[in-house]
Amino acid sequence: MINDPSSNIASALSITVDGKATTFTEGETIYQVATRLQKDIPTLCYDDRLEAFGGCRLCVVEVEGIRNPVASCTTKAADGMIVKTAPPKIEKMRKTLLEMVASENREIDVDPLRGLASQEFATLINRYDARSGRFNGAKSGTSNLKDLNPFILRDYEQCISCYRCVRVCAEQEGDYAITVANRGFHTQISTEFNNDLRDSDCTFCGQCIQTCPTGALADKKALRSEELPEPIKKTRTVCPYCAVGCSIDLMTKGDKIVGAQPAMDGPANKGALCIKGQFTYDFIQHEDRLQKPLMKQPDGTFKEVDWNTALDAAAKGFADARAKYGRHSIFGIASGRAPHEAAYTMQKFIRAGFGTHHIDNCSRA
Amino acid sequence: MSNPLKDMDKPDTIFAIGTNMTECHPVAATGLKKALTKGAKLIVADPRKTHLAELAHLHLPIRVGSDVALLLAMAHVIVREELADKEFIAERTGGFVQFEAHLQRFSPEWAAEICEVPAEDIEQAARWYGNAKLGAIYYTLGITEHICGVDNVQSLCNLALLTGNLGKEGTGINPMRGQNNIQGAGDCGAVPNNYVGFQPVTDKSFHEKFKEAYQQPEMDLGNQMTKVTALNLCGANEGGIHAMLIDGENTVVTDPDKNHCEKALKALDHLVVIDIFLTETAQMADIVLPASAWGETDGVQANTERRVQRLRAAVPSYGDSKPDWWIISEISKRLGTPGFEYDSAKDVFNELCELSPIYAGLNWDNIGDGNFQWPVPEEGHPGTPILHEDEFKDGKPGLFKVIGYRDPAEVIDDDYPVWLTTGRRLQAYHTRTQTGRASGIDYLLNEETLEVHPDDVADWGLIDGTMVKMASRRGEIELKVEATTRSPRGTVFTSFSFADTNVNILTGSGYDPVTQTAELKVCPVKIWPA
Repeated sequence: MINDPSSNIASALSITVDGKATTFTEGETIYQVATRLQKDIPTLCYDDRLEAFGGCRLCVVEVEGIRNPVASCTTKAADGMIVKTAPPKIEKMRKTLLEMVASENREIDVDPLRGLASQEFATLINRYDARSGRFNGAKSGTSNLKDLNPFILRDYEQCISCYRCVRVCAEQEGDYAITVANRGFHTQISTEFNNDLRDSDCTFCGQCIQTCPTGALADKKALRSEELPEPIKKTRTVCPYCAVGCSIDLMTKGDKIVGAQPAMDGPANKGALCIKGQFTYDFIQHEDRLQKPLMKQPDGTFKEVDWNTALDAAAKGFADARAKYGRHSIFGIASGRAPHEAAYTMQKFIRAGFGTHHIDNCSRA
Repeated sequence: MSNPLKDMDKPDTIFAIGTNMTECHPVAATGLKKALTKGAKLIVADPRKTHLAELAHLHLPIRVGSDVALLLAMAHVIVREELADKEFIAERTGGFVQFEAHLQRFSPEWAAEICEVPAEDIEQAARWYGNAKLGAIYYTLGITEHICGVDNVQSLCNLALLTGNLGKEGTGINPMRGQNNIQGAGDCGAVPNNYVGFQPVTDKSFHEKFKEAYQQPEMDLGNQMTKVTALNLCGANEGGIHAMLIDGENTVVTDPDKNHCEKALKALDHLVVIDIFLTETAQMADIVLPASAWGETDGVQANTERRVQRLRAAVPSYGDSKPDWWIISEISKRLGTPGFEYDSAKDVFNELCELSPIYAGLNWDNIGDGNFQWPVPEEGHPGTPILHEDEFKDGKPGLFKVIGYRDPAEVIDDDYPVWLTTGRRLQAYHTRTQTGRASGIDYLLNEETLEVHPDDVADWGLIDGTMVKMASRRGEIELKVEATTRSPRGTVFTSFSFADTNVNILTGSGYDPVTQTAELKVCPVKIWPA
């Protein structure tokens, strides 16, 4: 192709996807270009935070002039390339591949509480009508149910060897706690020396369970609520622990908190979480929670009272102190754990209420 | 942080000091790990062999509290070997001549004696940071929780000014804040020295502004008081504090010198605590008011990179608990204080935006899920991911500070011959009021230990895994000893997370004279078999 120097787009790189010409930037893969054009190319081993792996072969496409289908996730777009993302031959190949993968797994449909990506496999099986049972392959992967850790279910009979867990642990977390043993049907996701996760380099950040496309690695803690009948509702919020401020989706069934999932579009975390954000949400519905205002009795014990009684007494104590000792006798300590509205009203309680600057927070400790 | 979290994979040289980031800010640490895979150099200064220190190309296991000496010597080497960014110094800084003269005395050999690390390693660290194209500094409470916390921070600023590692992508001075909204507490004016948006209470114009906004004709001009001073004055006859409102802080466990704290709170006529659990501090209150927890309230918080983010309620408040802002407003209304007629968290947030120059462009509806990093001076402003890009605050030059080294408030001696330093662990948060009540955590961490170097365990006649006693000048606790090379010889570590091994019975030797931050990172102790 001879570039016409008079044309504005002459020097731009161009590719044709399903008959539509488009430009792309050097380094983009066919998959990235096609996704930009809203093409829904199926994948199982792909996670856009990770290096493309090209393992599942579902994303293969037809490229004019190349005899065999190419994996679109690992093949870079090239100038003048003509790509078909879903010709019948490729779609048939994808269906056969999915039928074969399905034959190796114990079950296709898993509870969405297992993890963020856990429905990817079943969704593709349905899309390609691949429940034919045409193949009767050997089952791959042996579940490790002896690992009694309370967070991560290691249900490897559901594993399809996409290596997303291994890669997220290495590339995203930098922990390298998960390894691959053996090859072929005997491929087994494991830890070094096949230890329990507790005795490995695992930090229980939960990234492996959230990227697993089949639920083979699953959120054991969330699955405790599998039997609750209500639908799962997700609420976007921010983790309550350190100040990185990771965005998470809190999962509820009815009025019960059942789990947490990382928000892939969270501006501070881009889908990452640690053990605290992933697994320690349930303090909020713990039976130790204070339910009613308490007032101390002369014998030193607390008595539950209604809000009006408690608030009246709380205010009276401050009014009494002001009357007896003056407005400088009152101090407020705000929380670094509560939201802005708490901190702001606390300082206003002191400044507007008493005209002093007797206000601080917990940052000095 | 002067620079955003998303750029943590960008520096070519990382200087992490006093930060156990893989345990305390694990998600931020993933950025640094990515920088390492791209070939960045990592220098870690920390007395302990933390996981981050294991990842480092150069680990400087400096003696607790010797940071200023290290940083002075690094600056000395950078100037001596002409690695300073002369253009940046000329264009954007002030006070370099005095600083340069001051530095001459502080050779690496001088610092090596104090820091107990080889002079060559100090030189290496200085050369790497000095030669960096994109050098970034990260620190946490290992820098600030000292009697010289301000000196430590200013010494880091000196290094950044010296090398021009400020105001551009992949550089900066980046404190990793400890609590989800500790940045927000300061932003909102819950500090003695500033109104909302860091408007100083000593400034006459802000004094007038808030006298009017809060309808408070008696408003003090200055005359601020920190929590540390307040606790010292509880129950005092002259100028005493006699009533206190505490929101969501377990003061008697997290603060240094537990006995002193308890005595202070007991001396009050009136103590009201707002919390979600009956914490050790709430138990001392006259009135305890149950707050709605995270996950039950709408609100806003700001993270360590100044990003303003929305919190949303997912479930109803537990029992009869109510949002903090509602509780505080109800008390205020009963005291006759005007301006507390809020119907929602949104009302409160929008008021604070109107009064805060750095939030002036923000409101409840436009912040989305963290669209902005403050300052956002007016609506339509994109926010400020990187501070100090073209100029420092108010267009003034960045000033070098002439700082000298000081010993910690208490140093080891024949009676208390061991350095104790404290911190956190990955699986526990602070005093475990929350993580301790999350199911499953006990499987990974169910008790606290005292980390002691194996050779010290042997030398001190201790047995790994058995109980020992540890005492400082303020008190004594008992806990299990764990032999580990994470601790250097002569320095031991434990977290403050477990109430039954409350290390803050021992701490509290001194406070930074400027900020009154406690020296929680240094406490001489003695240890013997229980």
